Amino acid sequence: MAERTLALPDRLRRVTDDTLGRHLLAGLVGAVVVVLLLSFLGGFRVSQLASFSYLAIAAAGLTVLTGLNGQLSLGHGAFMAIGAYTTAVLQRTELGLPLVVVLVAAVLVAGAVGVVVGLAAARLHGPYIAGATLALAIAVPGLAIFWRDLLGGEQGLTVPLPDVPAWFADAVFFLTATDPSSSRYVAYLAGLALVAVLVLLANVARSRTGRRWQAVRDDEVAAQLAGIDLGRARVLAFVVSAACAGLAGGFMAFVVRLTAPSGFTLTLSLTLLTAIVLGGLGSLTGALIGAGLLTFLPQVVTSVGGDVGLSDVQSAELAPLVYGLVMVLVILLAPGGLVGTIRLKRAERAARRAAAAGATASTGAPTSADERTRAASGTGATTGPEDPQHDAPPSTERKRSS
Amino acid sequence: MPDTRPDATAPSGSPLLALEGVTVRFGGIMALSEVGLDVGPGRVLGVIGPNGAGKTTLFNVACGFQRPDEGTITWKGERLDRLRPHDLAGLGIARTLQGLGLFERMTVLDNVTVGADRHGRAGFWSGLLALPRSAREEAALRERAMAALEELGIAHTAPRYPASLPYAVRKKVALARALVAEPELVLLDEPASGLSGEEMDELAGLVRGLTSRMAVMLVEHHMDLVMTVCDDIAVLDFGRLIARGSPDVVREDPAVVAAYLGDDVGQEA
Repeated sequence: MAERTLALPDRLRRVTDDTLGRHLLAGLVGAVVVVLLLSFLGGFRVSQLASFSYLAIAAAGLTVLTGLNGQLSLGHGAFMAIGAYTTAVLQRTELGLPLVVVLVAAVLVAGAVGVVVGLAAARLHGPYIAGATLALAIAVPGLAIFWRDLLGGEQGLTVPLPDVPAWFADAVFFLTATDPSSSRYVAYLAGLALVAVLVLLANVARSRTGRRWQAVRDDEVAAQLAGIDLGRARVLAFVVSAACAGLAGGFMAFVVRLTAPSGFTLTLSLTLLTAIVLGGLGSLTGALIGAGLLTFLPQVVTSVGGDVGLSDVQSAELAPLVYGLVMVLVILLAPGGLVGTIRLKRAERAARRAAAAGATASTGAPTSADERTRAASGTGATTGPEDPQHDAPPSTERKRSS
Repeated sequence: MPDTRPDATAPSGSPLLALEGVTVRFGGIMALSEVGLDVGPGRVLGVIGPNGAGKTTLFNVACGFQRPDEGTITWKGERLDRLRPHDLAGLGIARTLQGLGLFERMTVLDNVTVGADRHGRAGFWSGLLALPRSAREEAALRERAMAALEELGIAHTAPRYPASLPYAVRKKVALARALVAEPELVLLDEPASGLSGEEMDELAGLVRGLTSRMAVMLVEHHMDLVMTVCDDIAVLDFGRLIARGSPDVVREDPAVVAAYLGDDVGQEA
């Protein structure tokens, strides 16, 4: 990492050396990409990007829970539903709450439910957590039918679009010389929220909290002996994850403009899980890639199906088939997911080089051979917000201590 | 008992950890029966006995994994009745596990940094926002972890994953994870199992070296090691404490010879 950026000016190197700096830099790049994409893409692409953003937010939260903390949740769609219904109900009131307030409320409500479910999950293990969260995924949409008057029953609640603030309209007009629609406004916010969520989650993953989560995942007894309260660590991970899903649900309500039980079937929860398994458990980049595949693959496949002469129905059926195939192939050929497998290959290569260098380099004070090894093992988390799970540890720590 | 080592942290004679009349029953089986023993600062207490004698149960009681049915456990004179396993580290007690319990999907450095966790204060929010405070603390914790790895001569394994290391090195990683907490008492569960003779000599030197900083309590099958490194030995048989004393005393004790040592000296029981 440090070695890789040696050629850059010193100041930039110092920024990329430090966790926050690296994540903020990546976040900044992400934000610029979001703004550029959304400013110049057409309406359909904009709504697709908005869908991608909320799916990726939920997947990022889930990969922290399942990948870093080892709790398998089959019910994250339920937390999205909670966020979406909170948003819909608040947006339909005549209060005229600012969009940000509505979304924060969605996060808080989902997080609060996350505390309760997390407390229950913390007492359960592996398949039992999966079972409990599965029940949640099925039960929560049912509440909408139970409280028909408030939540709209089977038909659901339509979500009024938010007003576009004047400053935003001005900014977009300045960039593109067009007036932005409400849905473009929502897409901007979703994209920027995704960037913010990724930066924050990458921070946590790199922090003491993230290390505790991983320790709990890998060995409960050893984690306890290190002074980690298993229950607290698990509940915290669950709440963070549920809050992300709540935010995702809030955006989903605005993007879909309708919040109904049919939007939060078990399929949604399984889709999220598919995304993080495809991308690589525990990796935020993986969650991003997985969410991208799930958002854009169906359109691509469907249009390819149309091109080769299939009927509309047939080509629509093609997408689930391709999903299934991709999933089976990933599990067979790259069980670590896409990111996990790349990291594994890198780590193997680094280990081979380290072994080769170790044969010549003496132990003790770092030699130049040591430096070369480090450079070789300095796998890049420089380009994206990334959790530390499979990275070779940054060479900077070794330097500090020697 | 003869003790040539200085007691650095407490007046001699006042034990750190003391068990009194500890009894544990599993159904009708008496796993521990009125066991009393203690370990003081700078001392090495060995717990030996045949398989099933209750050694691991004793460790589990001391760590709060197993509540005793009767008896008391005190740490520096305070009772530890409501001790939960994760409170142990904060008190200054560390433990290694027979199965090592390494975090397999974390690097060696991260494994050991988890051991240093009790020296950290940064909470969730400062980590979420990556406040400078959190970053500084992270650097300090990693430095501690590196120092612990260096002390055991395995600093070069820092970026590796435990699964890729030989067993003896993995044991050192587990030991580093316990020592980096800078405990006042470290419990070692079969530290010598799976080690070669040479590695065992190194371990013996290491354990003796620890006594300037902490007390050691170890469960071990290898009699040679126990006789070499321990100041005190407690012998368990069927959950009862049948002998207690210096290695010389224990070696001569008729009850011990009859119950355990007789034809088994120097071998795994």
